[in-house]
Amino acid sequence: MEINNNTPWQDMTEGGTIYDAGNSKTFKTGDWRSMKPVFHPDKCKQCGLCFPVCPENSIPVNKEQKREDFNYDFCKGCGVCSKVCPFGAITMEEEGK
Amino acid sequence: MSIRERLSGNEATAFAMKQINPDVVAAFPITPSTEIPQYFSTYVDNGEVDTEFVAVESEHSAMSACIGAEAAGARAMTATSANGLEYMWEMVQIASSMRLPIVMALVNRAISGPLNIHSDHSDAMAVRDSGWIMLFSETNQEAYDNMVMAHRIAENKDVLLPLMVCQDGFITSHSIENIELIETEEVRKFVGTYKPEHYLLDRKNPISMGPMDLQPYLFEHKRQQWEAMKNAKQVILDVAKDFEKLTGRKYDLFEEYKMEDAEYVVVCMNSTAGTVKNVIDRLRANGVKAGLLKIRVFRPFPGEEIAKALSKAKAVAILDKTPILNLTGGPLYEDVTSAMYTLNMNVPTIDYCYGIGGRDVTESQIETVYSDLQNLKDMSNPYRFLGLKSK
Repeated sequence: MEINNNTPWQDMTEGGTIYDAGNSKTFKTGDWRSMKPVFHPDKCKQCGLCFPVCPENSIPVNKEQKREDFNYDFCKGCGVCSKVCPFGAITMEEEGK
Repeated sequence: MSIRERLSGNEATAFAMKQINPDVVAAFPITPSTEIPQYFSTYVDNGEVDTEFVAVESEHSAMSACIGAEAAGARAMTATSANGLEYMWEMVQIASSMRLPIVMALVNRAISGPLNIHSDHSDAMAVRDSGWIMLFSETNQEAYDNMVMAHRIAENKDVLLPLMVCQDGFITSHSIENIELIETEEVRKFVGTYKPEHYLLDRKNPISMGPMDLQPYLFEHKRQQWEAMKNAKQVILDVAKDFEKLTGRKYDLFEEYKMEDAEYVVVCMNSTAGTVKNVIDRLRANGVKAGLLKIRVFRPFPGEEIAKALSKAKAVAILDKTPILNLTGGPLYEDVTSAMYTLNMNVPTIDYCYGIGGRDVTESQIETVYSDLQNLKDMSNPYRFLGLKSK
């Protein structure tokens, strides 16, 4: 069921109950971010420290067990990944610069 | 066959709950409703019901447990009074906004402070716009009957709102009167099995309940609650019709006592109505055309119907069993007069604050109300106090 900003009250679900499971994918929260992590693949050693600490699961890891670039749809820019990176492969920059 | 018994209001309510056999009862004891969960826990211990009884640590938790249970797909009930209801206030709003048809027995008691455990309606009035259906009961019989009807109303798919059945603390809850009970089998047939369309434990159809509801949505969800309240009015009447077929006892949105030609009318709720009826009988014998409008359904408020019923009166007195601290009238007065104003009816109407903190309500007090109504001249101050000690 598609409910958006223009849905009239008659078409909304009672109590706001959501009948489609797994719907949080469609609610993109990345625009809450004020600081943005930037990935520098040249410095990355694929040590695997960054993705387990991401609270938003916004560091995708591929089948070869290698991390890829950030998923900015959900990354909120908390900076934990940047702190744990021993190689300076993740730097924090101001959003919208 | 009905069962003739003599029970207090609390016993009658607990007995109705036993007959309904809900899935979950979560409650915390508070005077004067304590006996309801107390009796009910005995039924649980005796194996007379299948209910999961949750002895919670507070009323906030009682309502929270009911919300969790009802959302999971269970039929949940609770009972409380006064400060207990105030303590669950936050969750009371959550229950109605999540559209969970929880049923509560509210035994009306004064809200402290200073500390008082006796009957007035200040607890119910503090949650009067929380999106709960509110039924008031004059007697133990009405408290029982309203409870038997409650789930059919609350769980109706056009309604899906929580419901509270109110009765006066001690006056009704602890006084033993004759009562006609319905056979348990008949009650269960009448109430039916709870089959929610959507519930959390439905593994095949996973849902999320109570999500974040920001600027584009909350307004519309509140409008839906308004619609549900509106629908409830007809559902209440339909269920009452079925109940009448089962028991012969007739219920409406309100009861009119000698109203056909009434000139002087009292409007009140709960046990006071019995006292008023006695006074009316005596006044009628003396040629005074006195009448009573006793409100049963307080939420949704049947404003239009009440205003019409009062339209032919010469004068009306509203009895508000609630401390009036706003200088503009008690809740019942405000609701009735605004309904009359909306329909362009101008019947002199005065407001009495009475029975506060369990102050005895006597027939002689009610007589003074009717004599005031017959001699209304000065309407400059419609706010009065009945039974107040004053210099």
